[in-house]
Amino acid sequence: MDSVEQLAEQEYKWGFTTDIETDTIPRGLTEETVRIISAKKNEPEFMLEWRLKAYKHWLTLKNPEWAYLDYPPIDYQDIIYYAAPSNTPLYNSLDEVDPELLETYEKLGIPLEEQKMLAGVAVDAVFDSVSVATTFREELKKQGIIFSSFSEAAQEHPDLIEKYLGSVVPYRDNFFAALNAAVFSDGSFVYIPPGVRCPMELSTYFRINAVDTGQFERTLIVADEGAYVSYLEGCTAPMRDKNQLHAAVVELVAHKDAQIKYSTVQNWYPGDKEGKGGIYNFVTKRGLCEGQNSKISWTQVETGSAITWKYPSCILKGDRSIGEFYSVALTNNHQVADTGTKMIHVGKDTKSTIVSKGISAGVGQNIYRGLVNVLKKADGARNYTQCDSMLIGDRCGAHTFPYIDVSNSTANVEHEASTARISEDQLFYCKTRGISTEDAISMIINGFCKEVFQELPMEFAVEAKKLLGISLEGSVG
Amino acid sequence: MALLEIKNLHGGIRDLEILKGIDLSINEGEVHAIMGPNGSGKSTLSKVLSGHEEYAPTSGEVIYKGQDLLDMTPEDRAKEGVFLAFQYPVEIPGVSNAYFLRTAINERRVYDGKEEMSAGDFLRHMRAKMKLVDMDEALANRPVNEDFSGGEKKRNEIFHMAVLEPTLSILDETDSGLDIDALKVVSYGINQQRSEKNAMIVITHYQRLLDYVVPDFVHVMFEGRIVKSGTKELALELEERGYDWIREETTAAG
Ligand SMILES: Nc1ncnc2c1ncn2[C@@H]1O[C@H](COP(=O)(O)OP(=O)(O)OP(=O)(O)O)[C@@H](O)[C@H]1O
Ligand SMILES: [Mg+2]
Repeated sequence: MDSVEQLAEQEYKWGFTTDIETDTIPRGLTEETVRIISAKKNEPEFMLEWRLKAYKHWLTLKNPEWAYLDYPPIDYQDIIYYAAPSNTPLYNSLDEVDPELLETYEKLGIPLEEQKMLAGVAVDAVFDSVSVATTFREELKKQGIIFSSFSEAAQEHPDLIEKYLGSVVPYRDNFFAALNAAVFSDGSFVYIPPGVRCPMELSTYFRINAVDTGQFERTLIVADEGAYVSYLEGCTAPMRDKNQLHAAVVELVAHKDAQIKYSTVQNWYPGDKEGKGGIYNFVTKRGLCEGQNSKISWTQVETGSAITWKYPSCILKGDRSIGEFYSVALTNNHQVADTGTKMIHVGKDTKSTIVSKGISAGVGQNIYRGLVNVLKKADGARNYTQCDSMLIGDRCGAHTFPYIDVSNSTANVEHEASTARISEDQLFYCKTRGISTEDAISMIINGFCKEVFQELPMEFAVEAKKLLGISLEGSVG
Repeated sequence: MALLEIKNLHGGIRDLEILKGIDLSINEGEVHAIMGPNGSGKSTLSKVLSGHEEYAPTSGEVIYKGQDLLDMTPEDRAKEGVFLAFQYPVEIPGVSNAYFLRTAINERRVYDGKEEMSAGDFLRHMRAKMKLVDMDEALANRPVNEDFSGGEKKRNEIFHMAVLEPTLSILDETDSGLDIDALKVVSYGINQQRSEKNAMIVITHYQRLLDYVVPDFVHVMFEGRIVKSGTKELALELEERGYDWIREETTAAG
């Protein structure tokens, strides 16, 4: 088995840093920190108040201890809570943006340049804590679509922010949600007015650049009645040997007949072969299917981060609303991914689908943790869950914890699970046909993940496939 | 020069020596049958020739197309035209047969410095070969060997061979598990691929395959050696007399 056992020689290809001046505030977290952040953002009063409440609540909470998450305690006073490239007023055009910054985006392959914009991708790029460039906004504005950084939205559309902020993920939700609410520095805001189908995929790229900064972004997407939007999120971070914290919150609200499709490709720095460094990705993502016939689907491809802790969930409140969760999580070397979803069936005839594909290599650990909760009044609720694990080599692990809680006898909940291992015999078979180990693995993995990749927008699917290949590079022979 | 020249090849698995000095020379255009009792090392020879990491050669040499075959990676051997039809083909879930073969063909084409085959060209090529071995469209699109019957797996191996058009094919008991009709079809497929340019090693226990795929030479393998070689009549003699007389001859000689 020695070829399967060999550990990854993989290189993290996004591990460069960008040398630009940053405006940071002193390390540590106090009430003053919260006030400074809010002031720097020029926020309306209600925001500051909300942040302070969150901060006070956070002080009463303990860092959660999860069975499968084994990491040294995080020193919250050693984190810098705000870092922004200096000289970043609001840009009117890309020409005004620091060229080094643009170069960084180039390297990341972010479609910021003109030609790619023509390809129909609008980008709200978050660099450390501020949003530097939002493209295509004018175009969208004509249709009444708001797509902007969170800070701008707080100033320009305080009514919407006040109405929806924390409405799906309240600051009391959990430790990291409280922390995020107190100190989040930026993120994206999307509002699609009634009956409008957003004509392009909206996308945000996040990147942690500065040393010792935590990134706490917040995304809020509201699809009003009958609206449709597809939103893409991609993430990278430079290579640092210290762990960095990323505690984001994403809130989605779908009103009657509205549909939100949220896709993530996450490849934050996973740490090195020995498990040193890497991002702690502790994220709270939740969608509310508020109105009837609304639909929210989460699709995620998680290949990065040292530790991922993430359960994109749906609250199916509206009758006949639909929640979907399609996930590929890959862990190599010492990575740990504890991910899954919660589907809360509140309304009648609500439907949810969960397809989770976990791939483990090296000594990586992959945990699926899911909850299907059918409440009393959810007559005719249906859930289908499929949980498949793939093991590469024999030192990695896969664990599934599917919790099912049904309080309505008319509900129909189905669960299927499977575990497969890529064997030396399969690889040899491929080799006798001229297919190298690496190509064989990526072929097998792609086959394994097909149902999830199908859910991704085209370009994202291509990127995801490549990413899986890169993340597994050297994990075998 | 012979296409394949095996000289005094020893090898096996871990400390276990299974091949104890194999000599065999195969020219282009020839079909060699290898017979021999269970456990004599036939499959081991096929694995050493195709480069299975666990079955290592310990001494001797194998020259293929003038190159040291043992020095090449298994995938390069395949790209140089060596093909193994497995005695026990493995399943590859989630990867369709067609996609698998297209990947294989294109890896080889890239290796040869050729352009990759387009989807359309590949489809035409594949369809033609499907006819050759009477392969069902459904099987071509299903994941490689997954939930195939024993006979379907064997047929699929020959289908792979037909699509990949190898120079040297090693067929390890392709006939076992096939019903009578399937045996005819598969044999026909094999015969269609015989040419002046390529060669085959056909490992089998039964004359009935050799009735259809008539070999130029027949070898008997016994305890890791080729102890007797002859023409197709040797196979008939084995069918009639079994292996005892070979065993006696060999032990008497040794
Ligand atoms: N992985 C292995 N571990 C231990 N012994 C092995 C292994 N592989 C093969 N052998 C042994 O090597 C010998 C030769 O096996 P091989 O499969 O080459 O025989 P064969 O001639 O193909 O037999 P058959 O006609 O039954 O297919 C057998 O005694 C077998 O048990
Ligand atoms: Mg055998």
